[in-house]
Amino acid sequence: MSADQSSHQQQSSHQQQSSRPHIDYDEIVKLVPPGSSVLDLGCGDGELLHRLIAAKQVRGRGVDIEESMIIESISRGISVFQGDLDEGLRDYATGSYEYVILNQTLQATHRPLLVLEEMLRVGKHAIVSFPNFGYFRVRLQFLLSGRMPVTRDLPYMWYNTPNIHLCTRKDFIDYCTDKGVTILNEIAISKRGTISPLFANWRATEMLFVLSGSRARNQAPYTL
Amino acid sequence: MNSTPRSTSPVSPQPWQRPNSVGLVEPHDFRFAEPPDQMVLESGRTLGPVDLRYETYGELNAARDNAVLVFHATSGSHHAAGYHTPGDRRPGWWDAMIGPGKAFDTNRYHVVCSNFIGGCHGSTGPASVDPATGKPYGVHFPVITIGDMVTAQRELVRHLGLDKIYCVAGGSMGGMQALEWTVRFPEMVQSAIILASTATISAQGIAFHAIGRNAITTDPGWHEGNYYGRDHPRRGLATARMVGHLTYLSDESLGQRFGRKLQERDRFEYDFSHEFEVESYLDYKGRQFAEQFDANSYLYITKAMDYYDLNGRSGGLAAAFGPSHAKFLLASFTSDWLYPSRQSKAIVSALMQAGNDVSYVEIDSPHGHDSFLIETERQTRVISSFLASVRQRRQ
Repeated sequence: MSADQSSHQQQSSHQQQSSRPHIDYDEIVKLVPPGSSVLDLGCGDGELLHRLIAAKQVRGRGVDIEESMIIESISRGISVFQGDLDEGLRDYATGSYEYVILNQTLQATHRPLLVLEEMLRVGKHAIVSFPNFGYFRVRLQFLLSGRMPVTRDLPYMWYNTPNIHLCTRKDFIDYCTDKGVTILNEIAISKRGTISPLFANWRATEMLFVLSGSRARNQAPYTL
Repeated sequence: MNSTPRSTSPVSPQPWQRPNSVGLVEPHDFRFAEPPDQMVLESGRTLGPVDLRYETYGELNAARDNAVLVFHATSGSHHAAGYHTPGDRRPGWWDAMIGPGKAFDTNRYHVVCSNFIGGCHGSTGPASVDPATGKPYGVHFPVITIGDMVTAQRELVRHLGLDKIYCVAGGSMGGMQALEWTVRFPEMVQSAIILASTATISAQGIAFHAIGRNAITTDPGWHEGNYYGRDHPRRGLATARMVGHLTYLSDESLGQRFGRKLQERDRFEYDFSHEFEVESYLDYKGRQFAEQFDANSYLYITKAMDYYDLNGRSGGLAAAFGPSHAKFLLASFTSDWLYPSRQSKAIVSALMQAGNDVSYVEIDSPHGHDSFLIETERQTRVISSFLASVRQRRQ
């Protein structure tokens, strides 16, 4: 599988995980205030936007790389744009959305820092979720078996995984500290639901952050 | 007394009788701009009277707000769907997309497909009689633009009593007309579907048109455009069409369909006959087209496309869309090298800057520019949902 294909696969990650309950969707729906403008990056089949529109009457649009996902989203009446996140968000004006969402997609992008900077430029807030590589089962599997971990949230083998930029909760917080990105909210998620932030880097299978980056917002659009 | 019902042998319905066909249809004509109230063209010249031929499918609702304008491309016509006579072998050019339950569902929408001026399918064009001379216009027909075509169609829409247009839709040059509608009449147009099109034709596009025009004007039968009543420049027009037709296909589709196959033989003849199947195919397409199209119309239509440049208007593309509140759907096709995806993306980008609601999909297809006429299934899903979302938005 080429890098290109794997990137395509994961930038539409919502669809592949649609058989699972979406605790992260529930949390995001709770976080977004009614009537907000929302841009969902890697929107997959449009399920999250659909729920946000139904529950919070958001003005939402999506971006995905895969044709079939775009067609699914349009079939749900959602406005979507077929594009590659790794090219940045050149067509989006600075501060043009209240929330820019990147759900379970960051780890599959080729240029995660570009994507995050662009999110913080275009959005007043960014919501980012990703599988937590610090989860204890991941650590134990690696430690005890000496093989690349395969878990419910990271179901791929080393040779077919689209997840090329995995990080832990701590890694991500380090990034935010280094770049002066403000963490407004942090939600740790495990199999059964949200959990307290206590020892979250051990216990959480997935992390969800709400960010704002006033510094990043004043920058010009990222040029390639 | 009971009689045994006579069994009627089941007769399979003719294509025009199928439930998803608009059935038998007939064209209508509309005349306006009678002298001295001629239409003023972008070039400053005037034209009149002007005839437009059009067809409609599906009923206009009581609120008169379900009209969808569909625009045809270079070689299409007002006959977009259904059949003119029960014996017709082929339906209108977009019959796969227009009809009961189809993408442009005629149970819901009142679909109008109008000719454009300059063509040769019943609307005023170079083959029409110039009232000033009593002879066909020929090259004395004024050069027209996409804007002029749309201005003329606006008169038809007025005549039909439509103040609001639910959607304007078209592929290729039809997409240019649809785009122009959103820009010229932003207060009327609620949504637009632009397929395999562009806001500005590229140098490559102009170049291919130039080859076609050259083939026509160097044909001795062209007679400076004054060939009406005698044999027309058949060879030149056929060559123009061969080039044009090729630009609508792709390396992939040609390779799949013809490859290097030879025509009715299995070894080279070492001569200049149409040995390769692809040669024979293009030759056939060219000849067929030359029998049913007016060479001068080909000159005028390609010229109108060459002039098309929404980017070049003052303020650029985003500013052009400024007054429009329409919701847009754009689709491009991966193998379309004539109007490649980047040209659709430029429109999408400008629409986003202008604050319009826009969706964009790049459909993976091997059929080149012609994909918009071929990829029925995916386009149907996208278009029918898009049209439904326009309805929700309005409520």
